[in-house]
Amino acid sequence: MIEVEGLTKRYGRKLAVDHLSFQVRPGVVTGFLGPNGAGKSTTMRMMLDLDNPTSGSVRINGQGYHDLPDPLKHIGALLEAKAMHGGRTAYNNLLCLAQSNRIPRRRVDEVLDMVGLTAVAKKKSKGFSLGMGQRLGIASALLGNPEILMFDEPVNGLDPEGIHWIRNLMKALAAEGRTIFVSSHLMSEMALTADHLIVIGQGRLLANTSMADFIHQNSRSYARLRSPQPEQLRDVLRDAGYAVTEAGGGALEIDGAETERLGELAAEHRIVLHELSAQRASLEEAFMQMTAESVEYHAHTGGEEPGGQLPPGGGWGPEQAPQQAQQPAWGQGWNQGGRDGRRDKEI
Amino acid sequence: MASAAAVLQSEWTKIRTVSSTTWTLISVFLATVVIGGVISAVSNSTFGDLSDVSQTTFDPTLTSFSGMVLGQLAMVVFGVLVVGSEYSSGMIRTSLAAVPRRATFLFSKIGVAGLLALVVGLITGFVAFFIGQALLGDHSTTIGEPGVLRAVIGSGLYMCLIALFSMGITVMLRSSMLSLGILMPFFFLVSNILAAVPKAKDVAHYFPDQAGQKLLQVVPDAANGGGGSYGPWGGFGIMCAWVVAALIGGYLVLRNRDA
Ligand SMILES: Nc1ncnc2c1ncn2[C@@H]1O[C@H](COP(=O)(O)OP(=O)(O)OP(=O)(O)O)[C@@H](O)[C@H]1O
Ligand SMILES: [Mg+2]
Repeated sequence: MIEVEGLTKRYGRKLAVDHLSFQVRPGVVTGFLGPNGAGKSTTMRMMLDLDNPTSGSVRINGQGYHDLPDPLKHIGALLEAKAMHGGRTAYNNLLCLAQSNRIPRRRVDEVLDMVGLTAVAKKKSKGFSLGMGQRLGIASALLGNPEILMFDEPVNGLDPEGIHWIRNLMKALAAEGRTIFVSSHLMSEMALTADHLIVIGQGRLLANTSMADFIHQNSRSYARLRSPQPEQLRDVLRDAGYAVTEAGGGALEIDGAETERLGELAAEHRIVLHELSAQRASLEEAFMQMTAESVEYHAHTGGEEPGGQLPPGGGWGPEQAPQQAQQPAWGQGWNQGGRDGRRDKEI
Repeated sequence: MASAAAVLQSEWTKIRTVSSTTWTLISVFLATVVIGGVISAVSNSTFGDLSDVSQTTFDPTLTSFSGMVLGQLAMVVFGVLVVGSEYSSGMIRTSLAAVPRRATFLFSKIGVAGLLALVVGLITGFVAFFIGQALLGDHSTTIGEPGVLRAVIGSGLYMCLIALFSMGITVMLRSSMLSLGILMPFFFLVSNILAAVPKAKDVAHYFPDQAGQKLLQVVPDAANGGGGSYGPWGGFGIMCAWVVAALIGGYLVLRNRDA
């Protein structure tokens, strides 16, 4: 169990992490999601007592990281960059860590075997490929057989087989009752591994929800209609008992309705339809919509404003994405966060 | 809190499993012994050319340590790399996650490396002394003469303090390149040049290396010995003060700054 309370980190004028509070519970994989520069790595470094928080605190199983006797036996972490001495062999790198926390030497062989590096155990780690380096980092996290594991973008640089392997590893570790906290900037990746989601943008908490709820709220299917007689159409639909929402641009949306029935209804009342389509919002769209206002580093492909709204007419127009107002649980949060985030930047 | 004994063992493993330890310490030994031997041999054969004053203040012990001018630079590299490689490789974050107590981490590392530097320094000092004396022929001294044993052991202490000072500076600067870029020219040029310039001399005598070298001197006003108004142990004390300051500075940086 990790408890984060009011965690804040300020670099000069920039708030990298802004009053984050959440808990990471055992037995499930908790995804830590946010766009580039959202503050994921900074938060994780503060959890390990590597960076000093400006304010706030982190407790690991009820204790400060500093007070853990042999911390590697409680929490293992894979950090962002390569964090081993390249001139030392993989085996010796792990041995140094094991000795410092009184972990028996045979555990080094065990974890090397678990990550599939036994064959290169006696090779200097500077010759390792990105994927091998990542595996070595994972081996170091597993070294103390800890109940809590933290991975910062573990699939970075891994090939499909490696990605598959780490997904299954995380699930297996969670199934053993461990606490798994894994960061990513890919919603699609999280959808496959995480049971719980914590989303941040510009250092602020945007959502803290179970994956099932997130999917339930965000991957809704709905029908979309456009007509030159919108008032008439709306009245007809309302009379038929449908809850109609205006989606802007004269379009109407109806949750969960079948397009066949709507088409027939319009025909019965001789209403012209310009569009009648079944829509489904993807999780990736929901995530992008949620964090749009807090994305820091935009690729400028058109005349869009930095930190502004979604690009119009892209592959996923704003009309297609779910309406924020329907998810007050987190919808309010991101709106707030986005605006304040931008104000921060202008100061 | 991680146990200090476990952390010491881990630091010892770290130091013996990188090749830089071996080549820097072998360089310390070879540079000091070989150059000391050559200069001793040359001094022996050209002794008659020296002025009367130089002949009366000739310090055979100090002469056999002439190679330390270069040997100490290899010791600087050793000290800098022991600490700096943690930063350049990114290992520092892994290390501090494993040993979050900054004092336990730093002083275990410095203790292990300092002890190794002391052992190598003492071996180097004794070997350089005996080879140097053998090559000095008639102008040599013996380990039993007053002050000589103190000077030979002092050379080991001096080497150890140079390594510790370099480690402290590197923890403060958090970079091998930066630390080498400052320490190497300082010990090789700046300090020696300033110590020879009339006015700057009075200040330069209190530099760590100038003060510490007093310990290697047997004849008080030897030609190539240091000046200053302190004796050998006074000089040792001044150098220790520098080392303590560098280590405290390093500890404060490590404790207060983000890894
Ligand atoms: N040492 C530092 N000094 C100054 N600013 C920093 C420092 N470390 C991080 N930042 C800033 O803090 C913000 C958060 O960075 P962080 O690395 O935590 O983001 P992230 O969520 O891990 O992003 P990514 O997905 O790209 O890894 C960024 O804007 C970054 O520029
Ligand atoms: Mg990151």
